Amino acid sequence: MSKQTPLYAAHLRAQGKIVDFAGWQMPIHYGSQIEEHHQVRQDAGMFDVSHMTIVDMRGANTKAFLQNLFANDVAKLTQPGKALYSCMCNEKGGVIDDLIVYYCQDDWYRTVVNAATRDKDLAWIQQHAKNFDVEIIERDDLAMIAVQGPNARNKATQVFNQEQAHAAQALKPFFAAVVGDWFIARTGYTGEDGFEVMLPQDEAEKFWQALLDAGVKPSGLGARDTLRLEAGMNLYGTDMDENITPLEAGLAWTVAWEPADRDFIGRAVLDAQRGNTKSKFVGLVLEGKGVLRNHQKIIVEGIGEGEVTSGSFSPTLGQAIAFARVPSETREHCFVDIRGKQVPARVVKPMFVRNGQSCLS
Amino acid sequence: MSDVPSNLKYSKSHEWIEVSDDIVTIGISDHAQDLLGDLVYVELPEVGNEINAGDACAVVESVKAASDVYTPLSGEIIEVNDALADNPELINQSPYGDGWIYKLRLSEVAELDDLLDADAYTALAAEEEH
Repeated sequence: MSKQTPLYAAHLRAQGKIVDFAGWQMPIHYGSQIEEHHQVRQDAGMFDVSHMTIVDMRGANTKAFLQNLFANDVAKLTQPGKALYSCMCNEKGGVIDDLIVYYCQDDWYRTVVNAATRDKDLAWIQQHAKNFDVEIIERDDLAMIAVQGPNARNKATQVFNQEQAHAAQALKPFFAAVVGDWFIARTGYTGEDGFEVMLPQDEAEKFWQALLDAGVKPSGLGARDTLRLEAGMNLYGTDMDENITPLEAGLAWTVAWEPADRDFIGRAVLDAQRGNTKSKFVGLVLEGKGVLRNHQKIIVEGIGEGEVTSGSFSPTLGQAIAFARVPSETREHCFVDIRGKQVPARVVKPMFVRNGQSCLS
Repeated sequence: MSDVPSNLKYSKSHEWIEVSDDIVTIGISDHAQDLLGDLVYVELPEVGNEINAGDACAVVESVKAASDVYTPLSGEIIEVNDALADNPELINQSPYGDGWIYKLRLSEVAELDDLLDADAYTALAAEEEH
């Protein structure tokens, strides 16, 4: 039985095309994925991301617990409200999930993990929390709305009450504020400025409607995917999984090696792999005709083969782009097998668009 | 409800066919383009190719996925809609007009009997929506 968020009725009213996503009935688009994509790049769009799993971790040992659980180091979070992106690895260094953790206070951290990995994440977190006497509280009483785009902060601020607006306006990027039972974070998954707002479920529809009235347009999961791909942000389950380490998924920057004596789960394997991965994670821009898709084979002449992990059409750039794992020796060019034809592609850094601007030279 | 013009014939694989003696024009239905979403690339067949009913002869790609276009009829490709190379969204905007994909000179006119009329296709599309 698939689940509905508190905004399900609002999606139907907005002509959302509903699909099953990780057991949730979610809008894939509201008419045109490409228009919704441009809306976020050029103005302001909003996403219902209430299906994502919000987990509070409480107790005096929470910091020590998370320093063991996550490959990135929560000790970097010294200012209340600061956010950190991290992978949670298994003993083999494979990625169980990627997540954002917010430092609220010394005995309270908030983590947002993926919807599709909810059950295994919670089981893993609970299992390890026992050793640290940390309380794990799933916040399924909260909804989450992401408001993203160059005008997102302005428009959202008009809708907040005075106290919320005051807190939101003061936020630096990658910080969050607790305002009563609301949680306002200047984070996102689009490469644009904006907020991710966690709020009580029974207030979600009113807030959504107020944003709509302020000119923020609903955007579906389809646009969310092309926006994150352009922005160079990995997607769990396609770009990495339990058999892929962060080092093989372009996420070495999220692994905190120092202090060297911090023992996090998966560290031994990652230490051994550091500096000698056989593959590298790159961006591709298709030079010939067609569209890049997940799992297409890549041929690097004289060197070997690779695979597209996330591929699509970039509405902002008007051409096909992808993330791919290719042999470490790969240089500027490769070929992609598209229905039996070898189509040339350019190898670039895996980030294509930030703040509305192309990152391609 | 999607648009299903009554003057056209349809295939079970969601192509529409306009018949004019032994020349037919083929595209994808409004229902099909709606399911695919925004189209971003069309791989057209080559003029002069001989194709058989059931062959995959073109590919339409939306932001989300690639989908084969099958020919419901056998014959020789005599013309393709080159405008789709630069403007694949014509299929979304006008699936039965500017979004046509290719024209065929039939080699097996009897195959026309296997096509669906608008009522039968409407029923098929409605069934798939549930």
